[in-house]
Amino acid sequence: MTETADFWLPVVWALLAATAIFLYVCLDGFDLGIGILFLKEKDHDHRNLMVNTVAPVWDGNETWMIFGGAALYGVFPVAYGTILPALYLPILFMLLALILRGVSFEFRFKSESPMSQFFWDSSFCGGSIVAAFMQGVILGTLVQGIKIENNVFVGSSFDWFTPFALFCGLAVVIGYALLGATWLLWRCEGELHDAMRRISFVLGGLMLVTIALVSIWTPMLHTTYMQHWLDMPQLALVAPVPVAVVVLAAALFLGLRNPRSHLLPFIATLGLFFLCFSGLGINVWPYIVPPTITIWQASSPPESQTFLLVGTMFLLPLILSYTAYSYYVFRGKMSAGHHYH
Amino acid sequence: MFGLSALFLARFQFAFTVGFHIVFPAFSIGLAAYLAVLEGLWLKTGRSAYLDLFKYWLKVFSVVFGMGVVSGLVMSYEFGTNWSAFSQKAGPILGPMLAYEVMTAFFLEAGFLGVMMFGLNRVGKGLHFAATCMVSIGTLISMSWILSSNSWMQTPRGYRIDEATGRFLPVDWWQIVFNPSFPYRIVHMGLAAFLCVAFIVAGVAGWHLLKARREGRQASEQVRLMFSMAMWMAAIVSPIQVLAGDTQGLNTLEYQPAKIAALEGDWESESRAPEILFGIPDMENETTRYKIAIPYLGSLILTHSLDGKVPGLKDFPKEDRAYSPLLFFSFRIMVALGMLMVLVGLWSLYLRWKGKLYDTPLLHRVALFMSPAGFLALLCGWVTTEVGRQPFTVYGLMRTADSVSPIALPSIATSMIAFIVVYFIVFMGGITILLRTFAEEPHPGEHGPAEDQPQRAAGTTQVSHQPPSGPTAGAGMAE
Repeated sequence: MTETADFWLPVVWALLAATAIFLYVCLDGFDLGIGILFLKEKDHDHRNLMVNTVAPVWDGNETWMIFGGAALYGVFPVAYGTILPALYLPILFMLLALILRGVSFEFRFKSESPMSQFFWDSSFCGGSIVAAFMQGVILGTLVQGIKIENNVFVGSSFDWFTPFALFCGLAVVIGYALLGATWLLWRCEGELHDAMRRISFVLGGLMLVTIALVSIWTPMLHTTYMQHWLDMPQLALVAPVPVAVVVLAAALFLGLRNPRSHLLPFIATLGLFFLCFSGLGINVWPYIVPPTITIWQASSPPESQTFLLVGTMFLLPLILSYTAYSYYVFRGKMSAGHHYH
Repeated sequence: MFGLSALFLARFQFAFTVGFHIVFPAFSIGLAAYLAVLEGLWLKTGRSAYLDLFKYWLKVFSVVFGMGVVSGLVMSYEFGTNWSAFSQKAGPILGPMLAYEVMTAFFLEAGFLGVMMFGLNRVGKGLHFAATCMVSIGTLISMSWILSSNSWMQTPRGYRIDEATGRFLPVDWWQIVFNPSFPYRIVHMGLAAFLCVAFIVAGVAGWHLLKARREGRQASEQVRLMFSMAMWMAAIVSPIQVLAGDTQGLNTLEYQPAKIAALEGDWESESRAPEILFGIPDMENETTRYKIAIPYLGSLILTHSLDGKVPGLKDFPKEDRAYSPLLFFSFRIMVALGMLMVLVGLWSLYLRWKGKLYDTPLLHRVALFMSPAGFLALLCGWVTTEVGRQPFTVYGLMRTADSVSPIALPSIATSMIAFIVVYFIVFMGGITILLRTFAEEPHPGEHGPAEDQPQRAAGTTQVSHQPPSGPTAGAGMAE
């Protein structure tokens, strides 16, 4: 009885944690993407419109990140206590970037002089880029592995500064920008819509290239990752992934080419994110801190995991439903004014 | 020596970020409750001044809440970055509580915030009021979980220590959550949050009352209304807060006597102890210098009897003592500010009785001067309770020195500088925007955040179809 609980609780929690992280990536992904797209979109009205598409929901999106931290702390304290010191600098820079961009969100609407407008716009854009880049670096560093002895991080402060991790950072910036562009394409009309459609072609192409490179690079990092692609039961799991990537990529570009298609590119991009995410998950499984700590070794005792699970079962559906309600209230196309009609 | 400095910086960084953070949740807790009251009163009485004030303070709420979210984000990861040894050991107990906080409260706040901020014309009055209440309830639930975790670190219960790993394992969640100092702390902190906002509101109202007087006109109905509401809060809540503080002191004396000894600057345990009003505790020589003391008062305050026994720092081993010079002053500043608030409240009652509440510039000036008093008292209170827990993270069980992460000094120094720079920018930006908002007098037909900036209002315009919107509710969409 307890044997099975000891086995299954961490598995359930790993899936729940993965779901929360994925939700975060999707939700905050497009609003970080909007910040990244400020690089390209300089028009003041357009920028306001872009930010307005997420103004009512961005606090909620960011909350998934807080939840991820808190759940990791409660359910996998060993992972929490080793990953965070190992990735100390990237994590703190990501948090600082999120702070700057979060307040810029509110401040840019309230600033009066062009100077301060420019300042908060820049920090919104810069903060979004740094946060996205650091998230990629964190992911890349985790996948490439962290030096652990006796549940204590023993590497150096700059272990994350590797070509693979930095490339992952770039990949996430591109991915989020695409997510943001396809979101705006769906939620806006007129000039901004057209601009986003054009830029999505470029970003979509770049994203496919980065997916291909990371997919080839990852199995070469560790023999265990390679094994997943060679051994039979795992192969059955991973083999459909590349096929599905091709299908979704086709859907993305077809959607982008068809002027009447507004939602499909966003959905296809979310699908691509899901595939990349599960592909990485399968590679890393069952480690939570590759290459040494598995989800079972990282777990808090069953008493803690059960206590939290009971509430989560009720609360997570509730949270999802009122989050959906909030999106529903603010549904529909946004426009900057009459000249778009 | 090297390790000590990293420990010091880890502590300094945590104190800096958490001190910065706590201001905003406290502001949000008080302000969300105030907004719910304003909207409720508007719906009940139909008096439009309530709606105007609601919209006025809603603009402030969006800024304050956003700053709370992003600075809170830092906290949920900083336990791991700075205190990884502590996280691994106490994670099984504190982690689930924090996760519950996010699930029961944070999502509730953030989920309904959008509707509360921009939805008045979209969802109808009843649903909108429900959203406002959800946000307010969310802030209160959030506070409960956080204070429960903090209280567990002060007065741990319901755990056992695993011998193999040294981890704290949960035995009885009820005892963990409702640990002995939790009920006192939550009352004290909740009231503090309300007082913080009451004095901010009073300060803003006071400034506009003074300005109107200087310009030889009467201040708007909205300004007088909010001044009156704030003064009721000061008159009623400040004295209750003094009582709440007193009971928390008694609770601390029972469970953390060393903290009491340190904050009182008492070295010898004695009956009929005097209360030291001023002095400079000297940790090295185990004495408090330049004492000005009132006989018997110490025993009277702490034990409610003249010959009650009060602990002294010498009762505790040197390595278990908290740093008294800091506690001594943070505690006294907090108490002094609390007393000032009570006086302001009483004075306002007298002037109200005389019918001169709006015609006494001195009170308005004092209110303006005291607007940050709530926050200062709050920060001093937290310094007192947190520094008073030292040298432990989990009181009596786990030392701060054993809790720290294996991070290198250069890393933490780099990030510390980055934190100071970013927080400085953010704080200055936030203050500037808040002051600019406060500088505008709340007036009839006040615009909320959605209508306030044309860009933002235009953004939430729907093209497909317009849901029924209350034509009575404010300025309507900018179409």
